[in-house]
Amino acid sequence: MKKSLDENKPIFLQIKEQLEDSIINGNINSGERVPSTNEFAAYYKINPATAAKGINELVAEEILVKRRGVGMFVTEDAKGILIEKRKKTFYEHYMLPLKEEARKLRIKETELMEMVKREDAADEN
Amino acid sequence: MKIEVKGLTKRYKDNYALNNVSFTLDGPKIYGLLGRNGAGKTTFMDILSGQILASNGKIEIDGEEPFDNQKLTESICLIKEGHNFKKDLKVKNVLKVYSFFYPKWDQELADKLIKEYNLNLNSKVKTLSKGMESALGIIVGLSSKAPITIFDEPYIGLDAAARKKFYEIMLEEYEAEKRIIIFSTHLIDEVSLLFEEVLILQEGSLVLMEEADMLRNSTCAVSGTIEEVEAFISGKEVIEKKQLAGMMTAYVYSSIQEAKMHGLNAEGVPIQELMIYLTERKKGA
Repeated sequence: MKKSLDENKPIFLQIKEQLEDSIINGNINSGERVPSTNEFAAYYKINPATAAKGINELVAEEILVKRRGVGMFVTEDAKGILIEKRKKTFYEHYMLPLKEEARKLRIKETELMEMVKREDAADEN
Repeated sequence: MKIEVKGLTKRYKDNYALNNVSFTLDGPKIYGLLGRNGAGKTTFMDILSGQILASNGKIEIDGEEPFDNQKLTESICLIKEGHNFKKDLKVKNVLKVYSFFYPKWDQELADKLIKEYNLNLNSKVKTLSKGMESALGIIVGLSSKAPITIFDEPYIGLDAAARKKFYEIMLEEYEAEKRIIIFSTHLIDEVSLLFEEVLILQEGSLVLMEEADMLRNSTCAVSGTIEEVEAFISGKEVIEKKQLAGMMTAYVYSSIQEAKMHGLNAEGVPIQELMIYLTERKKGA
């Protein structure tokens, strides 16, 4: 849970991304309840309608399911759906800026590939 | 309740405090009413609460006009930045008077808040400090449970902790029972996350009305080299631009994603900054 939200970005997106991260990281597992709109609103001092918008998008994407009178729960397939979704945006969000910066710094392709592999080697040790 | 503002104009001699303003506030939301000094915010709130008459145009609340309409004004509570209460009344008498006037008055909440803000029921209003008087206004506004509750800079003299408490309780009360809350403030950074919709007045006209989160999504600050930025912003509505050392930053109506796809650096614009740029530009034009 982040301490506070970033005023520069739509709040509902931040609520949404935060829940997504928690599900991907396994902090909240399928079948578990997620905080309600009002709990988010009270925690971050945000308008409840804004929090609801983020949560409702996750319901539409079948990440969350609403059980009447009980609350919102993580669906069975949530983690799988999210990982697929994040993979699709991985290129845009991480590869493009990486290549852009490499171009600025005149890093050659072979050099760049070496760096990628260097990180892997460090991980294995 | 639905508030319809139709061609609202208020003129003081040759000065237009409001000039042909029209918009509709539909349903219980927290609205942020923003603008520079003298933009017409207080005039609007005075007309809305039935305290003064418009020179032209009107405000209709569920089809009725608020002026001289007690049945309607029982549903409206306006708390201003000061002089809300008669100086010689004691705190407990102020609460009593308002509890008679507002049919949905919540005495339990009033008692709780009196304790929270440490007010003495037997003090006279004139002996209260500025902060204490503001606290009393906030207590009355929240406890009135009026379907239309209006706060016009209600926190003069309140310290940061007491203001934070106020925002928290307001949010709690709003969650428990939705109502129209119109909040006019200059401390935008403190409360902007609470707004569902934002209205900006400038020199008597409405310059913007937008869902707060849409606003965060539809404007951004892009920076890059002058050519890059100029190419990106051509044909877009530009709020403000500045340049330094061959680099340029422009505030435009565009999404961050779009700017990033053009390889530009893009950031969101906080509502406070947006308000400043929007109202500055208006003046220059």
